Order: sequence, then C-alpha cells, then structure tokens
Amino acid sequence: MAQDTGHQTGTTLVKRGLAEMLKGGVIMDVVDPDQARIAEDAGAAAVMALERVPADIRRDGGVARMSDPEMISGIRAAVSIPVMAKARIGHFAEAQVLQSLGVDYIDESEVLTPADEAHHIDKWAFETPFVCGATNLGEALRRISEGACLIRSKGEAGTGNIVEAVRHLRSILGDITKITTADSAELFDWAKQLQAPLPLVQEVHDTGTLPVPMFCAGGIATPADASLVMQLGAQSVFVGSGIFKSSEPARMATAIVEAATHFEDAAVIAKVSTGLGSAMKGLEIGELETKLAERGW
Amino acid sequence: MTPTVGVLALQGAFAAHVRILDRLGVATLEVRTAAQLESVDALILPGGESTTMSMLLERGDLIEPLRSKLSAGLPVLGTCAGLILLSSKILDGRSDQHALGLIDLDVRRNGYGTQLDSFETDIDVVGFDDPFHAVFIRAPVVERAGEQVEILAKVDDNPVLCRQSHVMVAAFHPELSDDDRIHRRFVDSAGY
Repeated sequence: MAQDTGHQTGTTLVKRGLAEMLKGGVIMDVVDPDQARIAEDAGAAAVMALERVPADIRRDGGVARMSDPEMISGIRAAVSIPVMAKARIGHFAEAQVLQSLGVDYIDESEVLTPADEAHHIDKWAFETPFVCGATNLGEALRRISEGACLIRSKGEAGTGNIVEAVRHLRSILGDITKITTADSAELFDWAKQLQAPLPLVQEVHDTGTLPVPMFCAGGIATPADASLVMQLGAQSVFVGSGIFKSSEPARMATAIVEAATHFEDAAVIAKVSTGLGSAMKGLEIGELETKLAERGW
Repeated sequence: MTPTVGVLALQGAFAAHVRILDRLGVATLEVRTAAQLESVDALILPGGESTTMSMLLERGDLIEPLRSKLSAGLPVLGTCAGLILLSSKILDGRSDQHALGLIDLDVRRNGYGTQLDSFETDIDVVGFDDPFHAVFIRAPVVERAGEQVEILAKVDDNPVLCRQSHVMVAAFHPELSDDDRIHRRFVDSAGY
C-alpha cells in the first residue's frame, strides 16, 4: 500500500505492533492446513507453520529446515489469523523466502538446525517482523539489537516439560528487576556481564521492561502450564508439541486458549483442565541428548 | 465514586490502552468477566484477533451482557478488532464470528492484506488541529458506512475513524501512537 500518500510499511512500530496484538493469546504449531483449522477453531491468535513439531524433530533427528513453501501457502490459505514460519538461526536466505511468501512473522528458531555458528540474521534488513528465543536477558537484548520485535523464552521445545521455560523466564525477569534498581554506574557493568548493548540496558533500567513484548515457549503442555508462565510474566504462549501430541488436540487447544485469557483465575483453569484426556507424555531434561536451548549465541 | 473505563482483556492490545488511560489519569479495569463488565462506566474493545475475541466472548457467556450494556448506551471505543466486533456486517469473516451491530458499517477483515501491507501514516481527523499519526496493523477496511455514521477520518477514501451515537471506532491503533487525543476525545464524550 506504499503507492501514494506517505504510507510507511515495515517500520519498527508496525512490526512491534503486531506482537502487541498477539498478547494474551496462544500461538500454535501446526504442520498442515487441517491442524491450522483446528487451531483457528479453538481460538488461536496465530499459527506457526512447520514441517514437524519439535517432539518429532527430536525423535527423528536429521537436519531440520524451513518448511516447504507449498505447505506454508496451504496453511495461509486455510486460516485468516496471522501465520508465522521458522527459519534456521543465521539462515537469511530462508528468511528471504519466508518474507517473499508473505508470512506475518518469522521465527529465527533454535528448534531448526542452526545454519551459522556465530551470526544471527540481520533482522533490520527485513520488512517482515521476527521473533527470537532467549534463555537470559543478555541473549534477549542481543536479539533485539539485531532487530527482533518479539522475544520468547526458549524453554526446551518438544519435551512437554515446563521447567526450562520457567528457568528462562525467571532469569530474564529477575535480571530486569535488578537492573531497574541499579544506579547509573552499575549499568556499564550490567552491559558487560550481559554482553548486551548499553543503550538497551539503559532502556530496560528506565522502563522496567523489555523494549518488545515477551512471550513464553518450550514445554507448555497443559492449561496450568500456560497459567504458570503467564503469572510469572509472559504475555502470551507458544504451544508446540503440547497440542497435537495430546490425546484430544481440539479440546486441549481450546482449554489452553481459555487458560491464557483467565490465567489468574484458578477456577477457570480447573474447569478447562477437567476431563481433558492425557497431555503429551513428555521428557525428563536430564535424559536429553540434545538441548535445543543451547543453540543461539 | 470516580468513573471507571473498562478495557476488554480477553486477548490483544489491552495493556497498551490501559497505559494511555493511566497517563490521562483515568481509572481503568481489565474486563474478563460479566461481573467486571457490569461495573464499568465506559468500555474499550482493543485490537487483537477478532475471531479469538469473538470465541472467548461466547465461551465466557459475555455476548448478551455486552450487547445489552452497549445497546443501553454504555460509551464504547473499538479499535481494529474492536471495530470489527461492533460493526453490523463482517465480510469474509468466519461464519461463527459475532458482529454486535452497534455501528452501521460493513467491514472486511485484513482488508489491506498481510503484515507486509501494515503501515503507518498521518491522517486528518475532524476536530483536530494537527494530523494524527495512525498505525494500521493487518487492519480492517470499512467498505460501507450507513447514513447515521459520522466519518471523522479517511485513508484512501475508506473511513478509518467513525462515530455513531455513543459508539466510536478506529480501524487503526491510537493506543500505539504516542498521542492521546483520540482517547481523550472518547473519555470526554463519555462525560468525564
């Protein structure tokens, strides 16, 4: 729509603005148009199109890449809510393809096999907004300095185990609280410790929050998991394997949507958790061969 | 009792509206239940996903309480998804999506296209001396406005800010601009 009257597209405000619209919602991993319809019917605020959910990537092994464009286009045609898709860490060519397909958000994701061991994508170079994972505040601020417009705690994808997401959220939010009360001289040391740009550390100090929204991902398998991470301070949840690896995906999806809205109301969480069938089986973190959260630099 | 402006907080950009209202010194309440709805003196329906909000309204048994409060004259501001919910007809919506019919508009969801077509631009608003910087995110397009609808701003010939009686709607996101004039106008018109 940039043809005439000074309409500016792809600006930081426009890119961060869509993340603002996704707050209080659930973004669901889907692998085909049928799953995308189930997600939209359940009230998902957006879907994440990918070839295999993280639990299957973990089980099958091999290199995990950007999805087939045909599958992404099929999902886009099936739903009216925003469609996100994943590119490998550092794989800017995959991101260019996703932008040309018109996806609404690109996830530069540790769930896929990294393409670059030192560099993340220069996300300022894109009009499509990016979401990136983080395990701590330094990582979050480095991603924001590269142009990410939305941060999600990484958790440990495909495990159905919430413990890592909780650790990452507590680390990020705990450090934000400490920085808020630090004096101006201490901020230089914080920037050094976090390996993050000083101006962003100063912004966190002044505002008491990240410059972009922060959601939670990695290990959410029940409505109570969603309630837990949102009470800790996440503003929305990404649910990957937790829905389509449960015994009744449509009901689980609906229940987690309700839980994300009424996260502070235990009576609602109890009601939507009742008779829900079994959640995904899940994995013990200590027994994992690969920790996806360690990918990214 | 000081009046309270409720912000529907089922999903979407409710926190940004609360922030602006706080700045104006207005008492606010995040509304997720019928009891909370009952206690507010004006209401904002924020942006977000209109399909998600419509389903959550239904599952929370909020559709009828909302319709009756709004029909009885509760001042309301709907932005983006809020505009869609308040309109009389949704083109290209889901068949199960609710249109509350409080303002006589036909709207098309995502009428401008995908996120890549989202934009910001200055608009002239009736009654404002200076342009308002408006942010459009996967915005709806108003394709028809009824005779009773007062059009306060347009972009490319499409109405983007409208009013009918106690109902004001914006296709854009005044809560994302660093400019509180539209919120102030809404709060003033609600009589505070």
